[in-house]
Amino acid sequence: MATVQTSKGADLLERLGKNGDGKPPLGCMQCGLCAASCPLGQAMEFPPRKLILQAESGNLEKVLASPSLWMCVACYACSKRCPRGIELADVLWPALRDAAMQQGIQPPAELQETFQNIFKYGNTLGRSPRQRMDWTKDLDVRVLDLSKETRPVEVLLLVGCYPSYYPRNQVVARAFARLLTQLGITWGVLGAQEKAIGECDRMFGEEGLFETLVEANRKLLDKQDFRKLVVLDPHAFRALQKYYPRFGVWYPVQHYTTFLAERLEQLKPLIAKPVEAAVTYHDNCCAGRRCGYFDPPRNLLQLVPGVKLVEMACNRDNALCCGGGGGGMWLDAHIVAQGGQRLSDQRVAQAAETGAEILAVSCPYELARFEDAVKVAGLEGRLKVRDIIEVLAECMDLGERNA
Amino acid sequence: MSAQDILVLAEIQRDALADSTLELLAAARGLAKAGGGQVLALVFSPDGARHAPSLSAADRIIAVDDPQLTAYSPEPFLAALQEIIASEKPRAVLIGGTSIGWDLGPLLAARLGAPLVTGCKAIEADGDALRVTASFCGGKMLAEVRAKASPAILVALPGSFRPDGEAGKAVVEQRKPAAPLSAGAIAFDDWILPQAGDVDITQQDMLVAVGRGIQQKDNLELAEELAQTLGGAVCASRPVVDQGWLPPTRQVGKSGMTVKPKLYLALGISGAPEHQEGMKAADLIIAVNTDPKAPIFDIAHYGAEVDALDLLPALTAALQAKKG
Amino acid sequence: MNIAVVIRQVPDLIEPLEIDASGSALDLDSASFIVNESDDHALEQAILLKEAGGATVNVVALDFGNVDDTLYAASAKGADRIFKIPLDGLPPPPRAAAALFAEAIKPLQADLVLVGVQAHDELDGGVSPFLAAAMNLPYVGVIRGVKAASEPGTISVCKEFPGAVMARLKVKLPAVLGILGAEQPPRYVPVSRIRAAMKSTQFEERSVATSPSEPLLSVCRLYPPASGSRAEMLSGSETEVAARIAEILAQKGMVK
Repeated sequence: MATVQTSKGADLLERLGKNGDGKPPLGCMQCGLCAASCPLGQAMEFPPRKLILQAESGNLEKVLASPSLWMCVACYACSKRCPRGIELADVLWPALRDAAMQQGIQPPAELQETFQNIFKYGNTLGRSPRQRMDWTKDLDVRVLDLSKETRPVEVLLLVGCYPSYYPRNQVVARAFARLLTQLGITWGVLGAQEKAIGECDRMFGEEGLFETLVEANRKLLDKQDFRKLVVLDPHAFRALQKYYPRFGVWYPVQHYTTFLAERLEQLKPLIAKPVEAAVTYHDNCCAGRRCGYFDPPRNLLQLVPGVKLVEMACNRDNALCCGGGGGGMWLDAHIVAQGGQRLSDQRVAQAAETGAEILAVSCPYELARFEDAVKVAGLEGRLKVRDIIEVLAECMDLGERNA
Repeated sequence: MSAQDILVLAEIQRDALADSTLELLAAARGLAKAGGGQVLALVFSPDGARHAPSLSAADRIIAVDDPQLTAYSPEPFLAALQEIIASEKPRAVLIGGTSIGWDLGPLLAARLGAPLVTGCKAIEADGDALRVTASFCGGKMLAEVRAKASPAILVALPGSFRPDGEAGKAVVEQRKPAAPLSAGAIAFDDWILPQAGDVDITQQDMLVAVGRGIQQKDNLELAEELAQTLGGAVCASRPVVDQGWLPPTRQVGKSGMTVKPKLYLALGISGAPEHQEGMKAADLIIAVNTDPKAPIFDIAHYGAEVDALDLLPALTAALQAKKG
Repeated sequence: MNIAVVIRQVPDLIEPLEIDASGSALDLDSASFIVNESDDHALEQAILLKEAGGATVNVVALDFGNVDDTLYAASAKGADRIFKIPLDGLPPPPRAAAALFAEAIKPLQADLVLVGVQAHDELDGGVSPFLAAAMNLPYVGVIRGVKAASEPGTISVCKEFPGAVMARLKVKLPAVLGILGAEQPPRYVPVSRIRAAMKSTQFEERSVATSPSEPLLSVCRLYPPASGSRAEMLSGSETEVAARIAEILAQKGMVK
């Protein structure tokens, strides 16, 4: 009878298989669909399939020390295609990263700083929590700060780190504030108390940090009276929908595209003018490929008169990731050093091929990443990157215009 | 000697008088005048008298000679300093905010039970006390402080006082310590010089300086491109060098290089005093920082509150457009 | 080697600093606190020495602000024992704080005491040299890098000088060092380890009594630097600012 060789790696994989997170990684049949689907697979020393193989065969230490570990951008292409249903992006990668950090292996410096920013200040940008409401400065609608005035609301909007602090994204937050108000919905925000939801950490593997955030957010949200959480960030949506419940923390939550798509009839009367443009929509990985919400964003765009929706060659569950998830926002340097490409550059090239004038997005990271890519590709003036909210705001006369 | 004499600890760096010493002599002159006292310069080393001509702004130059004072070691330097203070009884002791000054100032104050102020930008007589303006909190706050007891030990913020070139009477007195100085527990071993072969930023006219705001090592490429477009080089504040993203020869500031370029473009640098020390003499300083209160804006000629990372490629493009 | 590390909390400069009603002190009620950066380096240096040749690392801190977070992180990084000095009110200025630390450290019989060379909220020097004086130990500061030397009971340290020059010094223990930086940046320790430390680490209380001494300095007032001589601010988007800067440089003949 053959003896089964157990190794630390195999033990880790077995443990992962027992906690109800997808099918056991040990069920991997080494088919290679994951590695072939991974947009960065060619640059990895250990693409997903090899991660499992090496970990199982007693080479866990090699795997943990490998720079490959920090190249996953959580696009879910692998998880989506795995015939064995193994949760590669959501479970395997973070668990291996966590195991690496437990052993003292240092994550890339930029990522470390982001962890520390979240830990100290509750946001990824390392800004003071007190400035979290700066996006509402001189805003022409009232934003209810529930940390100062607790009242029952229909919608508690979790603004997110980038829309709160980063000027380009603040425009989107402000437009959404106007839109919610126009829809007559009672809504509020957590103000300076709002913290990162923590998807990113779950994905990065900083599971301890994720737990800290879950606890903190539970305390904040349990004090509030709301019917629904609405988030601007698809990563936050996924974390709240899938991972917070693991800790016994559950709230009804929607990404803003789904929330608005349920209210098409209320949105129609707000339309003031057309937006004459060919628009191509980039499916974000979290709400899109992972959770299957492909139609709501398209329905919203098609609501706008004058918009001609064109599709990129890779769309819906085949969409190419912008490269920002899984810590990717802070791993560009690392990924490029390993010979990987900036995925946002590739995606913008695909968008340009459609002849579209607007590349529409619905995730905070995409705005920054695609605008950078547009500059690099020399497409400035020919291709504009806009959040769906901005397109709606334009047709409803609810926005600051982007320069 | 008079109770209103001001003692300046002169520092020799690489066989030349440190800039900080000349500054302190000027500061001392103003104070000494107010109290009717003299400016005493104290210099160590077996041949300290050699530097007497550079110390001519002092009224008296005391050169203390002992083998233990050849190379820096805190204990013998402190002992020699204490002896002179005991004999001369100055009103104040001015020490430069240098690597050595930061050791000796506080240690001396502890030994003597004397008041100590660090980061001094301005010193005035105030009756029988001294009124000192000190900078702290990374340059974001100033304190007006009163020190009554004598002597007051004052460690200056480099660059706060302007050498005035006023010549004093400069009589050199050679002294030996009352008893030979003992080495103490700390002994100088060797100098470690920076590796040659890298760019000498002190010789560059155009410098693109990056700080914490650069965020990722990858973004140095952007800085390099801009530097090349300007025909200059990239330099950095200490945190960037600490991370190992650039070698110490590119560090600007107190423990790095002092540069005097035509253009110093400070990107994502807050401008704490230690950094300002190394670059405030630049002809044109343009600073970019998202923090409107960053101290760098106090010394910059132009500033902008935008993100350095966003500005870098935009500026490179704008300059190339101007050229082409 | 038996090492003692002093860790202090300082006001976080990410928040604007406020002056209190008296006008002569910082309003610490409105400030948030973080670990003093050079103390973090001192801890890292201590852990490096422990990893290189085996040492016991004792951490000493005043019980103030959210120091517990920092201390749990220190434990997670490998500190062996952690002592908190109970405090009534606000942390005292450097000289008085140094006296407290000296009393707390003396029973530890440390060979080496590592303290950050300065904290940005200090007006009169730093805790490190005063601590050395209070303990009657040799001191040298502005140190980057500490290694064991070949002679027993001696360490080799690098003192930073301008121009990227360093002086290597030999120090006979016991001694106090004012650390500017460790040989590598302070390591990252995952939050789960910090949380584990929260469950398993016991802080030890070290009450110390020192006689209050007459302050040698009086702070008359605090004020922010004058904005009179500030830069001419350029406004607009990055593209607009870039265009402006390019113009300025071209006008000065700097664009060739």
